[in-house]
Amino acid sequence: MASRPLLNIPDRDLSATRMKVVRATWAAKYFRRFDRGAVLRIAEAVAGAGYERAAHYAEWAVRETGYGVVEHKTLKNRFCTHDLLDHYRDLDLITPRVDQERKIIEIPAPAGVVLALAPVTNPVATVYYKTMLAILSRNAIVLSPHPLARECSADAARYLAVAAEAAGAPSGLVQCIEEPSVELVEDIMASDRINVIMATGGNAMVRAAYSSGNPALGVGPGNGVAYVDPSATVDDAARCLVESKSFDNSILCTNESICLTLERNRGNMERALRTAGAHICNAEDTGRLRDRLWTNGRFNPDAIGKSALWIAKEAGVRVNDATKVLVPVVERPGQDDVLFREKLCPVLALTAALDFDQAVTFAAQAAKRGAGHSAAFHGNDQNRLLAFSNAVPVNRVVVNAPCSQGAAGFATYLPPSFMIGTGYAGRSSVGENVGPQHLVHWTRIAFGRDAPADLSALDFNALPRKPVPVAETRVVDTPGPELTRDTLRTMILEELRNLKGGSG
Amino acid sequence: MFDYGYFSFASKEELLGKAAEYWNPGKVSFWKDAGTPMVIDRREGYRLYDMSGKCLIDLHLNGGTYNFGHRHPELVEVLKSGLDYFDMGNHWFPSVTRAAFAEKLVRTAPHMKYAIFGAGGAEAVEIAIKTARYATGRRKIISIIKGYHGHSGLSVATGDDRFSKIFLADRPDEFIQVPFNDADALERELKKGDVAAFIIETIPATYGFPMPEEGYLKNCQDLCHRYGARFISDEVQTGLMRTGVMWGWQGYGLRPDIFVCGKGLGGGIYPISACLVTEECGQWQIEDGAAHISTAGGSELGCLVGHHVLEMLQRPEVASNIEFVARFFAQSMAEMMARHTDIFRGVRQRGVVLGLEFDHPEGAVAVSRALYENGIWAIFSSLDKRVLQFKPGVVKDVELCQEIMDRFDAAMPRARQLLDRMRKSF
Ligand SMILES: Cc1ncc(COP(=O)(O)O)c(C=O)c1O
Repeated sequence: MASRPLLNIPDRDLSATRMKVVRATWAAKYFRRFDRGAVLRIAEAVAGAGYERAAHYAEWAVRETGYGVVEHKTLKNRFCTHDLLDHYRDLDLITPRVDQERKIIEIPAPAGVVLALAPVTNPVATVYYKTMLAILSRNAIVLSPHPLARECSADAARYLAVAAEAAGAPSGLVQCIEEPSVELVEDIMASDRINVIMATGGNAMVRAAYSSGNPALGVGPGNGVAYVDPSATVDDAARCLVESKSFDNSILCTNESICLTLERNRGNMERALRTAGAHICNAEDTGRLRDRLWTNGRFNPDAIGKSALWIAKEAGVRVNDATKVLVPVVERPGQDDVLFREKLCPVLALTAALDFDQAVTFAAQAAKRGAGHSAAFHGNDQNRLLAFSNAVPVNRVVVNAPCSQGAAGFATYLPPSFMIGTGYAGRSSVGENVGPQHLVHWTRIAFGRDAPADLSALDFNALPRKPVPVAETRVVDTPGPELTRDTLRTMILEELRNLKGGSG
Repeated sequence: MFDYGYFSFASKEELLGKAAEYWNPGKVSFWKDAGTPMVIDRREGYRLYDMSGKCLIDLHLNGGTYNFGHRHPELVEVLKSGLDYFDMGNHWFPSVTRAAFAEKLVRTAPHMKYAIFGAGGAEAVEIAIKTARYATGRRKIISIIKGYHGHSGLSVATGDDRFSKIFLADRPDEFIQVPFNDADALERELKKGDVAAFIIETIPATYGFPMPEEGYLKNCQDLCHRYGARFISDEVQTGLMRTGVMWGWQGYGLRPDIFVCGKGLGGGIYPISACLVTEECGQWQIEDGAAHISTAGGSELGCLVGHHVLEMLQRPEVASNIEFVARFFAQSMAEMMARHTDIFRGVRQRGVVLGLEFDHPEGAVAVSRALYENGIWAIFSSLDKRVLQFKPGVVKDVELCQEIMDRFDAAMPRARQLLDRMRKSF
């Protein structure tokens, strides 16, 4: 038998995916009319389901991708369930708003169909997160997982879809591309049925999303600088840094890349980091790490999300078994050392400036590689905090907390997010942590300044509501003699039940 | 100027002239008089373009032939790829495409044994009737009044007089008709003990999709078996997921002895039809495999396309879309009917098979015209002109469905006007 078929066959995956998008448009059509109670019920159900299998998918993601730490991925997955829902529960994106004084009425207009790319680094957390955002904003979502995290992502998406439908969501609200390939995703990204793309992933993918011709929310890479001011309690700062860098083996783009302090504080810092579980490298070890992690100026992807022990062994650096983070030391801050670039692994470059001004200058330069992203500040000098934050081109500065978790909203009151908007500095259309509000626009009804407007008797209930419960629903009451809206609906339901007979 | 390279026409008018002169004057003038003088030029997806450039959304689909829309890219790709290797084939010999397609078809209906191929629906009905006669050794065929099974010799004899008498093809002694939804009438005929088969469309299309009453079809099937006759389902319009399941009879809990399908089986791009038979009925194929022969029946290209059509219909995302489309029109039509109760009287629906009843014996003719003027092509039911056949395709998307309803709504005042005019001229 020939190894290649004798006939060409059409791309099954492409047509299946296009059809999924069509299904999503149907689901979006119905879902945009759901009321707040129904939406929250679905969100609640999805959050509950997601929480229940957080550990299961964390384990699967680590097994499938080789990145990160099961325990931490579990936390991240959970974080995108109840915590996320609690954060947004009171953000009403469903009820029309009336501003009596300015004579403006606002009616929410959900995007429609969201195409959501999920990266290999945070595959399931992203599936959870984007699905929750889509539900809270009454959009349908088609998830496109990274090919190397395809199985866990697709399974998680299917699982959430079932939970959503069981809670009353239209079928097709949550779908996943089962066989993602670059060509297929590019084709779908350009589809005129996609209303917005949520792009997380490698720079190429994010740029492709922006080039697709469709509206996109994309985020750029990070390169977090953590400045430890002499006013900080070094032990607390060191604990934060080690906790952050070891969290999921630094796979969040919010992780610190560089620990920057002042020369006079450096000894303290090294001691404190060592106490917190870091291995401070001597010059040879620093060289070995540099050589192992970069080849011709390119970061070696096999080290992404690996543990400190794994990396140390690979690099030939001897460390004790309790080591959580590797700290190469670069004596002087500068532009050229590759160790100052983004490192999605528990390796934290330590450097020291002569004074605060030099520190800020260096931080601002280093952060350009992760422009618009995140930085950390440890210390109690608020003036220096402001000066630092003003000078460094990032959109969030996490203070006295681990940056991995802090910038993503775990350890701070920032919105919980796996899409860290990098703003115009980071070639992104959003500068804040992306939330459901980014997936809804508002129709604004504005009266003339001098025109009289009585906005007291608006009946929003007359707007079409959830027209057909899309999940199989049993109707108990029988239609009365007159044809009211309700009896009509009941008749339709009857009709619907008859549409699809059981198979014989 | 319409220059197609192989031939050209100066205008639509010229074409209509030539068509009347060389092809079929009756049909040409009929559509002109009906106010829907369409000459389909370009076609794509669910849209047709008249030679005048006018765009029409196709809700006729030629009875489901264009279930997937016109020239569905995936099906076109399959056919093109098939043309690099196959042709019609030689109907005398076994072939890879026929064997593969027959197996795929039989697997959709596991109690069937063989798939026998034709090129059109009537030919498949022909095979069905011959098969039933072979299996029973009886000659009589019962069908319903206003049933429709095609225009070939045996099939046309099952149908309305209008199509058989003109060719002296009616055979009243062998072909009996009973009223639809009347199992007693069927039993009276069956009782005579000389009936080979009862043939019925699962939902009679040309009769305007009247719905079989609860238990009627099952009852008919059981009666056939009680009196030694075979039960034939004509699935030419109700098959291929159009009622929400692959074959309409599945939704009614039936097990026909024979069933036929056609139209959409060839994806609208290569004609193919099939008659599926049980092992018991298919014995003639053992006795004399060449007893039925058709050069164009089961052509290999058609088999290849049909094979892919089934595969596409079996995809879960397609099934889900059918549900959405069916649900959408159930709801929208109910609303539309409430808005236009004076003329729009009823909806018959199962899946994406719909019949819309209007308040005049020829109401659907007027509505068809009003819709045509508003960019929708939907045809009246030839045998019950009160009823408009309304047949959405299985991969329609939400935008198009909404557009259809918007156009439908816009067409209603014109329909009302045309109906008033008809009432006055009566
Ligand atoms: C139910 C039914 N059976 C049979 C036929 C005949 O098919 P064909 O025209 O392909 O011969 C048709 C055609 O409209 C039909 O609707």
